[in-house]
Amino acid sequence: MAEMTKQRPGTMRLIDAVKYRLPPAGIVSILHRISGALMFVLLPFVIWLFDASVTSEISYDRFTSAFIAGIGFVPAWFVKLVVLALIWAYLLHFIAGVRHLWMDVTHSVSKQQGHSSAVFTLAASLLLTLALGAKLFGLY
Amino acid sequence: MSTNFGSKRIVVGAHYGMRDWLSQRVTATLMALFTLVLLVQLLLPGPLGYDRWAGIFATQWMKVLTFVVIVSLAWHAWVGVRDIWMDYVKPVGVRLVLQVATIVWLVGCAGWAVQVLWRL
Repeated sequence: MAEMTKQRPGTMRLIDAVKYRLPPAGIVSILHRISGALMFVLLPFVIWLFDASVTSEISYDRFTSAFIAGIGFVPAWFVKLVVLALIWAYLLHFIAGVRHLWMDVTHSVSKQQGHSSAVFTLAASLLLTLALGAKLFGLY
Repeated sequence: MSTNFGSKRIVVGAHYGMRDWLSQRVTATLMALFTLVLLVQLLLPGPLGYDRWAGIFATQWMKVLTFVVIVSLAWHAWVGVRDIWMDYVKPVGVRLVLQVATIVWLVGCAGWAVQVLWRL
């Protein structure tokens, strides 16, 4: 025991933390944070889209042309890519949030439930993003 | 009774952060319900163009609901982004600047969104 205490490396830094393999619940946890931060940063872009889409028929044309001709010097494929990232962020944040609420309400905090619900969160958000992304890029 | 304010304030123990924790869940539930309400209206049959899309937000009840969601979003994001700053940014001065910038960002965005909503 005394030998083990000697080997302790001291305060854990981020560079140490990334050496550990994250379980699915840990991946959902950090992605929940990253997706939230992404939506926070892109908030003005979302409001711009909302503004253009509802204000008038002329601005609505500007909204639709953002996905066909782009916005200013920004090409349409990049606009679509950013919107795809927002779709993924919203879906993951939504499902991971409902997972949290579900755990709070049912007190279901077993290791097994945490694992399976995390795998479900990752799979469902990716599948829905793929489906909506295919629509966004005009595959169907 | 021991002093519990200023530099002597006890910052650990029960219920610290309880209000933030609860408000984040309440605002999350409101936004999730709003998502479903909007989704139902979008999935109704008929072509979706400007008229129908703008019409969804033109009704008074939908304006009130959207307004509640804008406020909820700003509040929810404030709790979440503040958590990020508290976890990763240790110098008090830098953290304060970032927190003030976050408030300015969120209040500005919320004001713009409300303006868009109410000139419909």
